[in-house]
Amino acid sequence: MSSASPAATGPLGAVRRIFGGGTGPVFVVLLTLLVVMLLLNPSFFQPASLMAFLRNAAPLIILAAGQYFVIVSGEFDLSVGSLVGAQVVIAAKLIDGDESRTWPVIMLMLGFGLLVGLVNGLVTTLLKVPSFITTLGMMLVLAGAIRLWTGGAPTGALSESFRQWGRMGIEVPVLRQIPYAALIMIVIAVLTVLLMRGPYGRTLVATGDNDVAASFAGAQVWQVRTLAFVLSGLLATVAGILIGGFAGVTAQVGDGMEFTAITAVVLGGVVLGGGRGWIVGAMAGALTYRLLERLLVQLDMPSTLNPTIQGVIIILALAYGSRRLWGRRRRRAAQPITTKPQPSGAE
Amino acid sequence: MRRSNRILIGGLTAIGLTLTACTTDAPTDDAETEVEQEAETDAGTDDGTAEQADDGSDGGTEEGEFFVREEYERQLAQRDMEPEGDPDTPWMQMIDVDEMVDTSEFAVDGPQDLCFSNASVGNPWRVTGWITMQEQVEVLQDEGVIGEFRTADAADDDNQQISDIQSFINDGDCGAIMISPSTTATLTPAVEEACDSGVPVIVFDRGVNTDCAVTFIHPIGGYAYGATGAEFLVDNLEAGDSVLALRILPGVDVLEHRWGAANDIFSDSDLEVVGVEFTEGDAAQIKDIVTQYLQRGDVDGIWMDAGDGAVAGVEAFEDMGMDYPAFVGEDELGFMRKWDETGMDAVGLSYSNFQWRTPVLAAEMIWNGEEVPAEWVLPQSPVTEDDLGEYLEANSEMPDLHYAKFGGEDLPGFPEAWQDR
Amino acid sequence: MSDGVVAAGGQPARTNRVERRSPLTSIPLIYIALLGTLIVGAALMAVNGENLFSGGNIVDILTRSSLLGFIAIGQTMVILCRSLDLSVGYVAALSSLVAATTMDGDPSRIPLGVAAGLGVAALVGLFNGVVTAKLKVHAFITTLGAGLIIKGYLDTVYPGPAGEVPGAFQAFGYTRIGLVPLSAAIMLIIAVFGVIMLQRTRTGHRMFAVGGNDEVARLSGIRTDRTIILAHVFSSVMAGVAGLLLAARFGTGVGAQIYDAGYDLDSIAAVVLGGTLLLGGRGGVAGTIAGVLILGVLDTMFNQLQIDPFFRDVLRGIIIIAAVAVYARRQIDPTKSRARFGEKSASRKGSTGTSPPEPTGDSRARRAGSREEQSE
Repeated sequence: MSSASPAATGPLGAVRRIFGGGTGPVFVVLLTLLVVMLLLNPSFFQPASLMAFLRNAAPLIILAAGQYFVIVSGEFDLSVGSLVGAQVVIAAKLIDGDESRTWPVIMLMLGFGLLVGLVNGLVTTLLKVPSFITTLGMMLVLAGAIRLWTGGAPTGALSESFRQWGRMGIEVPVLRQIPYAALIMIVIAVLTVLLMRGPYGRTLVATGDNDVAASFAGAQVWQVRTLAFVLSGLLATVAGILIGGFAGVTAQVGDGMEFTAITAVVLGGVVLGGGRGWIVGAMAGALTYRLLERLLVQLDMPSTLNPTIQGVIIILALAYGSRRLWGRRRRRAAQPITTKPQPSGAE
Repeated sequence: MRRSNRILIGGLTAIGLTLTACTTDAPTDDAETEVEQEAETDAGTDDGTAEQADDGSDGGTEEGEFFVREEYERQLAQRDMEPEGDPDTPWMQMIDVDEMVDTSEFAVDGPQDLCFSNASVGNPWRVTGWITMQEQVEVLQDEGVIGEFRTADAADDDNQQISDIQSFINDGDCGAIMISPSTTATLTPAVEEACDSGVPVIVFDRGVNTDCAVTFIHPIGGYAYGATGAEFLVDNLEAGDSVLALRILPGVDVLEHRWGAANDIFSDSDLEVVGVEFTEGDAAQIKDIVTQYLQRGDVDGIWMDAGDGAVAGVEAFEDMGMDYPAFVGEDELGFMRKWDETGMDAVGLSYSNFQWRTPVLAAEMIWNGEEVPAEWVLPQSPVTEDDLGEYLEANSEMPDLHYAKFGGEDLPGFPEAWQDR
Repeated sequence: MSDGVVAAGGQPARTNRVERRSPLTSIPLIYIALLGTLIVGAALMAVNGENLFSGGNIVDILTRSSLLGFIAIGQTMVILCRSLDLSVGYVAALSSLVAATTMDGDPSRIPLGVAAGLGVAALVGLFNGVVTAKLKVHAFITTLGAGLIIKGYLDTVYPGPAGEVPGAFQAFGYTRIGLVPLSAAIMLIIAVFGVIMLQRTRTGHRMFAVGGNDEVARLSGIRTDRTIILAHVFSSVMAGVAGLLLAARFGTGVGAQIYDAGYDLDSIAAVVLGGTLLLGGRGGVAGTIAGVLILGVLDTMFNQLQIDPFFRDVLRGIIIIAAVAVYARRQIDPTKSRARFGEKSASRKGSTGTSPPEPTGDSRARRAGSREEQSE
């Protein structure tokens, strides 16, 4: 919900939105990191390297898109990391190397992701359990249940037709290979941006901004939020398919990804608590996070220091972002607040 | 807009500055003070923190908390010693026995309750061993040696494991306590408390800083593990070739020993270590990091401190269309199958998964009043190209995340118990 | 759940009354839950021929509870202020290492080590508080970031266990007074102080006020920033105490073994289980202690009953969700409602069809106020 909303439709609006809204800092950081990368390792910009980077970043970007829906509606989803892990383990166990089972199992996984999202959403909205707790509980349940089922270590194997989505790509000239993961990511990005431009997106942001007002405006707040969790569950499943495909199955898949995804979304200028932020910012946040990680591997220093630098940059970016936000709030607060929040153009 | 542009530029510079500032000043300052502080206070025992990630330093790995040269050399020597006992039951073999302990004071009749405080079953290696142990216990339960088998799993939480051990002591009905410590240093006081309670204590896998336990069972050790892998690379690569070292995480003594030994050997060789990275054993991270190094230059050899995710590392080479490197993996079947399939130069190190049987059998010996070694060193040898086929055939029905040297082939539960986890 | 908050902050004028009343409203339920857990637990144990109330088990429950108790008491304070602290595990690790290396096996340096450990912890808390309150970075990110910073520092500077805790200080971790471990006794004493502070002192009242409705708190003359900073310092110091306890039990300081143990989420779960609202303004230390004890009883029970560790996780997850759902049911109060500018899972009013929100202009006015307030 950027203050630039009235102008957000034209091309000028797009520019203003990228550098003007709460999304601003992430693009600044992204550009900075790209420049640093160019100085340190120009070969990163060779097509093959870039494609490999996109393949690696795609799952987190997709996860961040899912997390965005939940966060912008004013909630949290801490269960995505263990959902990714659970999905990969389920796939390996059920496919067990049999090519013919690939598609049925993928369908089943999507169904399972949907179910997990639905449970998260309904427990949060209807039973009124704060989503932090709902999804924390779900995280414990999923992690425990999946290990209980497999006896602690994943069993079985993924099929080649399952793995291709995270591992292979389309051969083209110049770029050599466009990874399927990148294509899937782009398709999801387009679909989610369109979704956020439509009526659902507006209602979702309005709900996150002020659910009382949203419900006066006729929104079924609980449905809107539940759907956000379902989307998060589905996109986490897609991310799981790509991650499992990329590297195969290990016991650690997905560990801690919930915090990474939330950090990425917040880095993208989406405000925890809901109602503010652009989905493109969230995805750019994920891209920035991965780029930062990549950059840290290039630097000649003990890799144990990486978390420190990540921490500093995240806090700085957020502090900078919220500083900008104050300025706008001051301006906003001077205006009378409209009864019906019009999350115009707020995606 | 202008104002915001200025802010943008300001922010950009600030972030850039922070980046550089962070990488140079602050951490080194802190590090220095800490090391000084340690050196000053630790004098006599451990001097300073281990400079573990310092690859390419001359003259081998520095002595430190995680690198004791004397122990390192002892382990290297133990690799060449002939183990005592039947080679068909390696879990009962012993190497370099120093002292046998008289256990007649613990001799008892009738079934005894066996208690086991487990650090965790958090990785496939431990899961495999845990199944083997349970199968072995079942055999002894049927023979009337063991009554109840009580276990407490600490899920990698050291404090929890201390509570678990205390709980066993307080209950007072354990005939013996087996402990697989989560961390050497932190579990030491709790193990001492267990020893003081008068119950025979058996420690295995990772050790503790006390010899109060009746017996401490372990394979030769982390130094030998790391060194065998490093020597393989030195033998199979040429001078000037580059090696990437992948480690799981810092601070775990067994893993630090592995790297300390490898680092020592690499620094005395003509190989160039191009990077040392922590991966948390996560396949996606391993594959990504290897890919990044391949984009920057050649990697001729990969050294890993544990085989988790090794296959993903191999795949990185495949997906980049590069030649296979010389690869140091583990005796995990997924890796061994990949190795067989690709025909690359590799070695499958083993941390003797069969060691999970030994403590149960040691408990039986102790209750019989038989002598056990104070330090029971089990054999530890890698899977090589020569016996790869043999192990693959023997384990053809086993899942990928199973370990070839699990040593449970003669137990009645074989093979179903390890197949259906 | 959030409707409970809603009730707590009803109207500005009532804030003071709410402060005094709030700690009482949800606590009885948690004690009923604790009692229920004990009864069910004892019954299950009895079926298996064991006694939950045996000396050994009581010691076990209290030992398990004391560590999480320290952290959860601190976490209660921040959550009351509608903040949260994800850095507690890292702070505990830092404090254990600083204390153990400072003591270095020399009994005469114990006070110095304790001071150093707690001092470093307090500094981290100050950082968390200032960044959260002054720079307006969401506490989730501040404390997650602070945790990452500490993690990098610890992994680089202390690659493994470091320092040595003298025997005299190890007593903190291993001494028992009858059936009560020393650490549990100290934890309970601090808890009592915590209860008194929240209910009887101005600082405590401020915390409720800030968590309940910070712009109202501000308008009534409370320096909300200071209160939040204070809560963060308190939380970090309590995490530091937990670090000292761990150092005493381990005989040395460690990093990864502490920060990987999940104390951050565990402590938040315990606090919420204890009836404190995740959105602040309502709850208290007494409930938190009951929440911690419930988790301790469950752990001991699971261990004695030989329940698979993975199944334990599943049960814990379900129990936490179920408990909070029960509180939420009880606290639904359809006549009161308020909107709130975003925080965590804030403002879920009207999110169900069951409690239509009250259309007060009041809430919107406050909303506007909220923005204004934060803009300065």
